[in-house]
Amino acid sequence: MTFSVEAKIRDRDFDVQLAVAPGETVAVMGPNGAGKSSLLGVIAGLLKPDSGSAESNGRTLFRLDGGTHRWEPPHRRGTVLLAQEPLLFPHLSALENAAFAPRSAGVPAAKAREVAGQWLAAVDMADLAGRKPGELSGGQAQRVAVARALAADPDLLLLDEPLAALDITSAPLLRRLLKKVLAGRRAIIVTHDVLDALMLADRVVILDAGRIVEAGPVREVLGQPRSRFAAGLSGVNFVTGTLTTSGVRAPDGFEFHGHQDLAAATETGADGVAVFPPSAVSVFLEPAHGSPRNSFPVTVAHLEPHGDQIRVRAAGGHQLAADVTPQATAELGLVPGMRVYFVVKAGAVSVYPA
Amino acid sequence: MKPLAKAAAVVLLLAALTGCGSAGTGVPASGKNDDGGTLTVFAAASLRSTFIELAERFEAKHPGVDVRFSFAGSSDLVSQISQGAPADVFAAADTATMTRLQDAQLTESAPVAFATNTLAIAVPPGNPAEVQSYSDLARPGLKLVACAAQVPCGAAAKKIATETGMALAPVSEENSVTDVLGKVISGEADAGLVYATDIRTAGEKVEGIDFPESAGAVNSYPIAAVKGTPNKAAADAFIALATGAQGRQVLADAGFGQP
Amino acid sequence: MSAIRAARNAGYTGIPRWVLAVAVVAAALIVLPLVAIIARVDWPRFLPLVTSPESLDALGLSLRTSTASTFLCLVLGVPLALVLARSQFRGQRLLRALVLLPLVLPPVVGGLALLYTFGRQGLLGSTLSVLGIQIAFSTAAVVIAQTFVALPFLVVSLEGALRTAGSRYEAVAATLGARPWTVLRRVTLPLVLPGLASGAVLSFARSLGEFGATLTFAGSLQGVTRTLPLEIYLQREADPDAAVALSLVLLLVAVTVVAIAYRSPQRGAA
Repeated sequence: MTFSVEAKIRDRDFDVQLAVAPGETVAVMGPNGAGKSSLLGVIAGLLKPDSGSAESNGRTLFRLDGGTHRWEPPHRRGTVLLAQEPLLFPHLSALENAAFAPRSAGVPAAKAREVAGQWLAAVDMADLAGRKPGELSGGQAQRVAVARALAADPDLLLLDEPLAALDITSAPLLRRLLKKVLAGRRAIIVTHDVLDALMLADRVVILDAGRIVEAGPVREVLGQPRSRFAAGLSGVNFVTGTLTTSGVRAPDGFEFHGHQDLAAATETGADGVAVFPPSAVSVFLEPAHGSPRNSFPVTVAHLEPHGDQIRVRAAGGHQLAADVTPQATAELGLVPGMRVYFVVKAGAVSVYPA
Repeated sequence: MKPLAKAAAVVLLLAALTGCGSAGTGVPASGKNDDGGTLTVFAAASLRSTFIELAERFEAKHPGVDVRFSFAGSSDLVSQISQGAPADVFAAADTATMTRLQDAQLTESAPVAFATNTLAIAVPPGNPAEVQSYSDLARPGLKLVACAAQVPCGAAAKKIATETGMALAPVSEENSVTDVLGKVISGEADAGLVYATDIRTAGEKVEGIDFPESAGAVNSYPIAAVKGTPNKAAADAFIALATGAQGRQVLADAGFGQP
Repeated sequence: MSAIRAARNAGYTGIPRWVLAVAVVAAALIVLPLVAIIARVDWPRFLPLVTSPESLDALGLSLRTSTASTFLCLVLGVPLALVLARSQFRGQRLLRALVLLPLVLPPVVGGLALLYTFGRQGLLGSTLSVLGIQIAFSTAAVVIAQTFVALPFLVVSLEGALRTAGSRYEAVAATLGARPWTVLRRVTLPLVLPGLASGAVLSFARSLGEFGATLTFAGSLQGVTRTLPLEIYLQREADPDAAVALSLVLLLVAVTVVAIAYRSPQRGAA
């Protein structure tokens, strides 16, 4: 039994279809304003789309099409929302917070507290069960929020950037905890952090301007990004254009020579992308010749530290970057505004259809 | 410039506050001679229409004197005069309140009775409860509104009840005849006990029923000059007008009785 | 005076000196009349005056009716504040403005309006009298008048508290499976409890002081409709000393209620 949703919101130009298999965790990523939170809101029943439908385990959550108009309220959906902030009810103790969902489902108080205690133990918060939310740290509160959400035994758990508000020490702890509790559980997690997708999700969906632009297993999407956003996540240079016999021709006329990853011969003229890591790019003051290389003039936009290298970002539409050593930077005398040549071997450029 | 403006604001505020204590109601008691300046008359509310008419006649006879009024409940007026309100003449709706002013040694001359008033029954137009007599007021279920015993019209009603031996059970005991009339006019009350002159003033909005038992409680209106008035002559002239033939005529036209 | 000393002890306050001076004037404007009324109390007669049957009836009636109207304000005001704070509909702004009207309306006007609504010849009065309900000149009329003037206080402070609290907790509670009634009972109301408490206290205080609308609409009869303010107004005619003594009693009751409510606003979740 799967979960599926499709929804259109005209005002926000939002049009998304998504299915989640049982036990699957899907990461939703995308730039700010792409519609990630809208998606969760629609599923949770907090935001009503103009049209669409959703089903969970054969149950209709909503159906808004022409004639039919069904809209289940949030409390009858079995979709629990875990937000960036814990939003623990401030007047209830950690235990009472965790017991909230069972109590709301009509479980007797004693039994509900027992269930709540088990979930608090599962998130290592049993010791602080009696504390009020005001007496908990951010990380502790978020762990209680996780216990509270899981105590509801949701058909689908919705996580809206659950780690974004945590400090650098508590985020890894909670990430590990989420990995444990999300295993075998159906969930959708909205995140900005590629690490969350890698660790917690089976599949990633890239949302941009209200549309799904890319979807697939996390490794595949990051390995062969087909959207600029996904390329940014994996930190590679990303050029779109049309396929040629030896590479991809960008709209501005530049041709990026490379090798086709897929054996399947693709027709030239189709949409394609060229992808190469910044570490494969060298910087020269003169155009470099010799085969088989790509060499193109760029203007240095800015320099920034990147590990033990210096990342050189070029101005222009392709948003190319090159990683060079600090020593080379000094020798070349690189400063923003300088005209230089980016050179990359064809063998380092992956080319595949978009 | 700026600090000066700030200081001025503070001074103004303080002046306004402290000034409240000494300036009183703000009516200037300026006139020095009897044929000029302002004559301030504090009079019971029921005297409004008659006294305004008397003032016109007075000003015609004494050009240069400007008569000003403060109409309110007699009791309120006594309190205000005691607190230093600048009144030249005081006319009360009953002798008890005038006595309070006398006890405070605030009368210049002995009070003179200039009018009387008796109670009458006010009913809404059409008299829906068909009240005909005083005894009808005791009918069970009839909504009667009267004045509280603490105010003159209530004291009069209580006196009649005692003399006739017929106790009334009003649904409300109001502070003033205005409040009683309001409830009769709006139709909330079936009947109200007010002064005959009030019914005359209310015009078409109520119907009046006189009853002989009212003779048992005749209310006397006294008038006196207030102690320390700078317009003693004008004050005496106004009192003479009110107690004289002209005054009686005006008062009689409004429904007041002879003292 | 202690306020001035405290400010000096704290060192820098960031307040221009002239502001402080005006603030003292403002405080004096409120405090001085209270001092003046205490100074005018006829202490030897105080106890007999305030324990007379009339006074005790008025005090008892005031406490009973104010309690009843505060209860009515809660029962009616909480739903109204919820609707105003949480939903959107056409005419909402107009409704909010109208709800606030009794705050700025002269009480006598309020009394007249109530008279023309619930009075014998009023909008609802004729219907009510067919049902055998007569409101005018009854204690119920006092409670209605007090509720009319006090309701805005509850609605305003609760709506403010609801807006400050936001609806995010409610959304989370709903996704956790709580029905709307459960959300209201276990999340919304506990969250806004301080606002609700202060609103109720303000309503009680306003009810206690209600005068104009009661006088116009309910009348004045000992033990039935003559509340403490009406008794004070009446006694002023006959015995100003009694009026002063009763004013002090009213003052003490109001101060006590406000002090109790503001000391422990967080207590007692529903």
